Amino acid sequence: MEQRLFEKFHEWYENRHQYAKEWKERTGGKVLGYFCTYAPEEIIYAAGVLPVRILGSHEAQSFTEPHIFAMFCPLCRDCLAQGLQGRYDYLNGIMIAQCCLHMRQAFTSWQKHIPQEYSYYLYMPHGIQTPRAYPYLRGELEDFKKSLEEWTGKKITNQDLDHAIAVYNENRRLMKQVYDFRKAKNPKLTGLEAMEMVVSSQMTDKEEHNQALKKLLKELPGRKLSRKTGTRLMVLGSEDDDVEFLKMVESLDATFVIEDHCTGSRYFWNEVIPQEDRLGAIAARYIDRPACPSKDWPKRTRLPHILKLAKDYNVEGTILIQQKFCDPHELDIPAIRSSLETNGIPTYFLEFDVTVPVGQFKTRVEAFLETFQLPTDLF
Amino acid sequence: MTENKYKTKPLDCWNEAKQLRKDYYDNFARAQEKGGIRWAGGAWSFSAVPAGLGDDVYSLTGEPYGATVAFNKEFAEKCHEAAEAKGYARDLCAYMRNYWGSIILNKYAWGGEWPKPDFLWTTHICCSHAKWYQVASELEGNIPYFCVDVSVGPYNERSERKLNYMVSQMMDGIEWMEKVTGRKYDDEKLIQAVYNECRTTSLWAEICTLNKTIPTPLDEKTMYSLYVLGTLMKHRKECADFYEKLRDEVKDRVANKIAAVGNEKFRVMTDTQPPWAFLELWRYLQNYGVVSIGSLYTFGLIGIFEVKEDGIWGPRTPPQEQGIEIESREQALKILAEWTLSRPEWQHFYSPELKSDMMKRIVKEWHVDGVMLHYNRGCEGLSMGIAENKLALKEAGIPIMHFEGNMGDEREFDLERTKVEIDAFLEILGAK
Repeated sequence: MEQRLFEKFHEWYENRHQYAKEWKERTGGKVLGYFCTYAPEEIIYAAGVLPVRILGSHEAQSFTEPHIFAMFCPLCRDCLAQGLQGRYDYLNGIMIAQCCLHMRQAFTSWQKHIPQEYSYYLYMPHGIQTPRAYPYLRGELEDFKKSLEEWTGKKITNQDLDHAIAVYNENRRLMKQVYDFRKAKNPKLTGLEAMEMVVSSQMTDKEEHNQALKKLLKELPGRKLSRKTGTRLMVLGSEDDDVEFLKMVESLDATFVIEDHCTGSRYFWNEVIPQEDRLGAIAARYIDRPACPSKDWPKRTRLPHILKLAKDYNVEGTILIQQKFCDPHELDIPAIRSSLETNGIPTYFLEFDVTVPVGQFKTRVEAFLETFQLPTDLF
Repeated sequence: MTENKYKTKPLDCWNEAKQLRKDYYDNFARAQEKGGIRWAGGAWSFSAVPAGLGDDVYSLTGEPYGATVAFNKEFAEKCHEAAEAKGYARDLCAYMRNYWGSIILNKYAWGGEWPKPDFLWTTHICCSHAKWYQVASELEGNIPYFCVDVSVGPYNERSERKLNYMVSQMMDGIEWMEKVTGRKYDDEKLIQAVYNECRTTSLWAEICTLNKTIPTPLDEKTMYSLYVLGTLMKHRKECADFYEKLRDEVKDRVANKIAAVGNEKFRVMTDTQPPWAFLELWRYLQNYGVVSIGSLYTFGLIGIFEVKEDGIWGPRTPPQEQGIEIESREQALKILAEWTLSRPEWQHFYSPELKSDMMKRIVKEWHVDGVMLHYNRGCEGLSMGIAENKLALKEAGIPIMHFEGNMGDEREFDLERTKVEIDAFLEILGAK
C-alpha cells in the first residue's frame, strides 16, 4: 500500500518525456518547455498548451562545455545538456520567466542551438518588493499572452484564463493538503515522495494531476508507514530533485518533513487570488509567491517564511544544499543559517554538483543526525 | 622587443586623472567632517539621482573600489578571507568580497577606517548587485538601502512600460532619500547631473572611437585608468570636463600619429575585466608589438554609443546637443533611464548574440587582429554568455584565445600558465 499511493507521481517523474509525447499525440496540442518556476503557467495552459518544466537528468556530461563557462551552476548545464542530446525533441517551443543568470544561459544557448518553432523571454521583474512591479508585470504578461495567441492561432479568452486559474489553484490547494500530512508526528509521506509529487505536477496536465491528488487524498489518511520517522528535517537551498540524495538521507534515521525549493513548496505555496483583471491577478500571484533568493531583496522575506515552515512542520534540523556556483543561494545561506541557528534549529551545509557523492554525504549526514542523539547535558 | 614604428609619449592629462581619482576617494572618506552625505552603490547605479540632495553628496562605487583592493594582493586576500569566514562562498563576485571584507576588517583601501555610508543606492541587473548591498547594509548595522530594478530587457526591446517601471522606482527612491537624509530634494541639481552623465558617457564613447586609428592613440592598460573615472562619478561636471580635455588630447594624438605603443604591429581586443593584479600581461603583449585597443568592456561599460548614418559606431548624441531641454524631475529620470538602457555592456544580460554582434563590430571597425577572452571567475555578470561569444567569433573566422582567471582574487590566477597560453596565441597571430 505504501508504494502504490505515490506510484503515479513516481512514474510521471521518471517518464516525463514519454508522458509529454503521449499527451501531444492524445490531444494534438503543443508543448512548451519552461526554465524557471516564475513562468506564468496559467496563461500557457489557457492557450491550450502544456507547460513542462525543463530539468536535468543528474548525469555527468560534457555537451555543454562549449556553450556555458564551467563556473556556472550544474543545473543550468544539466538542463541545456538535455536539449543538446535531443531528449526534449518533442517541445514545440521554450520560454523563460527571467530568473538567475545561470538558467538564462541555458535558455539562450537552447534558443541558438536547438531548433524550435517558438521561444519567448518574459522580463519577469527582479524587484518584486516594489509595488511598481505589479503593473509592470501585468503589462509583460499581456505581451506574452498576445505572443502565445499569435503562435497558437487561438484567442485566449477570460473563460480560458478562469479555467486555468481554477485548475492551477486546485492543484496548489490539493498539494498543500497533502503537505499537511507531513506535519503529523509520523508523516504519511516521505520527502522523496513529496518531491516527486510536486515535480511531476510541473510536467503533467494539471487536471490529470489533480485527479491523482484527489485519489491520493482519499487514501492518505489511512496510510501507515512502516519506517521510523527519526529526526524531522527541513531541506533548503538551490533546486533539488536529486533522488539519490533524498533516498539516502531517508534511509537513515530521518525524514524530510518540509522544504523550501522550487521543486517543492515554493512552487505551489500561494494561489492566484481571482479578480476581474485576470492578468493582474496572475501577476500578483507570481510577485507574491515565496521568493527565489535572486529576487529576495532589499528585505529578506525568505527568513520569516522559512522559520514559519520550520515551526509549522516541527522541524528539528535543516540541511542546506547549494548547487555549486549558485550565487543567489550562496548569497542567502549565511543569513539563513544564522537565523535558523539563532532560533535553535541546527543546520548542516552540503554543496551539490550534477551528481552527488552519496557515500561521502552519507557519512556527513550520519554525523549530523548523531548530534540529535547526544544528551544535552553530559554531566 | 620589436622596433618602434611610431612616435609615442605619455598623456599630458595623466596626472589630472590620477588626482581626480584620489580626490574622489578622499572626498568620500571626509564627507561627513564637512556635514556632507555619503552613499555607496554599484558603478551602474543612477548616480545622478542622489546629486539632487546637494553639492556635498559623495559616492563610493563598489566595483572600482573592489578593483582597487584587487590591485593590492595582500589586502585583497585578507578581504576574501574575512568574507569567507562569515560564510560567503569564494566563488562569489570578487569585487563584492573585497568590498565586504573591507567592511568586516574596518579598513579603507585608501587608508584609515572604513567610511560607513549614510545610505546605499544601487541598481539590479546582475544577480549579485542587489544582494551585494543587502549584505553590505546588514554588515553595517542595517543602514538604509534602496535598489532600482533595471532588468527590463535589451535596448532594442525598450518600451514606455519598461521606462515607466524604472522611472517610477527612481521617483520612489527620491522620496525615500528625502526621508532618510532629512534633506529637501533639488530637481535642478538632478537635471544638471543628468546632462553631465550624458555628456560624460558620450565623450568616453568618442574617446574610444578614436582608437579606430592606426596606430591606436590609447592602449587598453592606459584606458583602465581613464574609464574608471566614469565608473566613479559619471554624473559630475568635473568628470565630463576631464573627458572633454582627454578627448581633445587624444584627437591631437591621432592628428599627429602619436601612438600608445610605438611598435604597434598587431591589434587585439580583450573581454571582461582584467585580472587587476596582473596587468603586466598587457605590457607583455607589447614586447611583441601587440597592443590591446580596448574591449567591449572598456568601451561599453561607461561609453554610450549609437550607430551613425554611415552605419558605424560613434558616440551617442547627448540630449542637450539634440536641443532637448529637461524641465522636470520625471523628464530627467526618463531620459536617464532611456540613455542607460542603451549601455552596450548591459545587452548581453539578455542574449549573448547581442554581445557577439557588438564584438564583431569592434573587430571590424577597430581593425582588430585577434580577441583574447578572459573567462573571469570573479564576475558571473560579465562572463555570462562568454562561451557563446567565443563560438560566434570563431564562426566569424576571428582568431581567438581564452584564458581563465579572476579579476579580483589572485588566488585564482596562474600568471605563468596564462603567459604560455598567450605565447601560443601570439604565434597564431604571427607576432612571435
